[in-house]
Amino acid sequence: MNNLFVYCEIEDGIVADVSLELLTKGRTLATTLGCKLEAVAIGENLDNIGEQVFPFGIDTLHLFDDSRLYPYTSLPHTSILIKLFEDEKPQVALMGATSIGRDLGPRVSSALFSGLTADCTSLEIGSHEDKKEGKTYENLLYQIRPAFGGNIVATIINPECRPQMATVREGVMKKEVLDTNYKGETRKYDVNEYITDADFVVSVIDRQIEKSKTNLKGSPIIIAGGYGVGSKENFQLLYDLAGVIGGEVGGSRAAVDAGFIEHERQIGQTGVTVRPKLYIACGISGQIQHIAGMQESSIIISINNDPTAPINTIADYVITGTIEEVLPKMIKYYKQNMK
Amino acid sequence: MSLKIIVLAKQVPDTRNVGKDAMKADGTVNRAALPAIFNPEDLNALEQALRLKDAYPGTTVTLLTMGPGRAAEIIREGLYRGADGGYLLTDRAFAGADTLATSYAISMAIRKIGEFDLILCGRQAIDGDTAQVGPQVAEKLGLSQITYAEEIKEVKDGKIIIKRRLERGVETVEGKLPLVVTVNGSAPECRPRNAKYLQKYKHAKTVTEKQEADTDYTELYNVRPYLNLQEWSVADVNADVKWCGLSGSPTKVKKIENVIFQAKESKTLEPTDNEIDGLMKELIANHTIG
Repeated sequence: MNNLFVYCEIEDGIVADVSLELLTKGRTLATTLGCKLEAVAIGENLDNIGEQVFPFGIDTLHLFDDSRLYPYTSLPHTSILIKLFEDEKPQVALMGATSIGRDLGPRVSSALFSGLTADCTSLEIGSHEDKKEGKTYENLLYQIRPAFGGNIVATIINPECRPQMATVREGVMKKEVLDTNYKGETRKYDVNEYITDADFVVSVIDRQIEKSKTNLKGSPIIIAGGYGVGSKENFQLLYDLAGVIGGEVGGSRAAVDAGFIEHERQIGQTGVTVRPKLYIACGISGQIQHIAGMQESSIIISINNDPTAPINTIADYVITGTIEEVLPKMIKYYKQNMK
Repeated sequence: MSLKIIVLAKQVPDTRNVGKDAMKADGTVNRAALPAIFNPEDLNALEQALRLKDAYPGTTVTLLTMGPGRAAEIIREGLYRGADGGYLLTDRAFAGADTLATSYAISMAIRKIGEFDLILCGRQAIDGDTAQVGPQVAEKLGLSQITYAEEIKEVKDGKIIIKRRLERGVETVEGKLPLVVTVNGSAPECRPRNAKYLQKYKHAKTVTEKQEADTDYTELYNVRPYLNLQEWSVADVNADVKWCGLSGSPTKVKKIENVIFQAKESKTLEPTDNEIDGLMKELIANHTIG
């Protein structure tokens, strides 16, 4: 009872990275809270889920295995979580800020009247004093996220309602095995006690899920463009540099919104979080929501014709100029000296 | 076959265009300096509704928005593009609502509207990016939901077929009406204002707006009742104040901070051959690249 739960997303029998990242964070938080870490897996053919998740320090794995539960649809997964949470009364429940987590989380939180904070960039444990009510709360989950288009950072708490729910984007937390021999308990459930036929009002007719085309998260070099790049055509310069020095191309939200680059390559709070060795920011002003997704890069180069661009404050190198003049020079030097 | 469609729409500050004057000297956001706009994905949702209206004559599209008095602009904007009517949910008691309290208020207003086959809204609003209100409204009304809709392919025999855009692909699903559909930004853009509707509805006003207006149009509103925009309070939708606004919000904001970047000591370079070559040499030498 009152433990920390992580909803595990499963595609083709594999637990999603974002879920493993949350299990890693969840393990740390559970230890701080002095509670157990529990994982929920809902889908079909889940026999190999245990071996994937126990090394992250799971104390209890809840399995709901039924062919009707894959692929994901909203109501069956919601009904299972609601009943499970009513029985188990978790103090914290975490899920990925993915198409699934962002569909499922709000429904569960609405049914349980528990608060849910979307797209957290940091989760911490702390206390809260409500001076008006004269109450002090210990061991609350601080749900920290940029707000208002990324111009401020807010710490959200749920003092009274449980579970305290949060979603987190892929890549925000680090994935780390705790102990390859960690052993926990597995509980298998009779799914029919949790769902009814009425939960199957939406059915999946066709599904085409591709493996991700880009590997932003894993690339040691990222060249990212912002609105300042100016056009889709100008982004070619970034691809040229990436092709030459070996890297992936990403974009800020403004660049994605302007149609310069596809959404899959968006870096930032509502995109991917990256930690490359080298991050070259081209024409990116540096809104908080972007910086939240790349500030842990080892070396940051900012190329911007505005010397006061906020991103310059976190850059190791600031080149005041346009990408049209700077990128070709970088390409030229590399080609001349590395061949 | 005709449908009764409700479109949920929100007036939002245009956070995509936060200029330097949009931050106050103390670092807080100056909301007044940001233009108020129709939330972009709610416009995508409105377009889906209008397409169904084109396809199935007799279909009605009703807008529902919650916000301060000036949010009546959202209803007019919808009418200019082809919606049939709208309601503004406005009350001081709604202030400070998180997504759950918002969803409760909206669900009560939908109950008050009564009959509907389909509720459409944008996937998320750009001022919060939570994507929670659609699914939560569905839950409060005991309806199913289809999120991330990119295209409504067909409505037939009480069923709807929708193409969804997911992170790494597409999915086609079939659902039973009524339900809630949230529409993705990748769906077609909303049609522009129609000159005929602009003429027809330019004097459409809420009671509050009429009271504030200089000119007395009483006669006009008697002759053209469609110019009266409905304004609803907590009491009008039979909502319980306890579940509205701050008191109905389980999440509380503990702290708001301006982000202070961990400033690094940065080296400033000019875009000359010399300085760029120097930088590249350094990056190759320390094995950052190459």
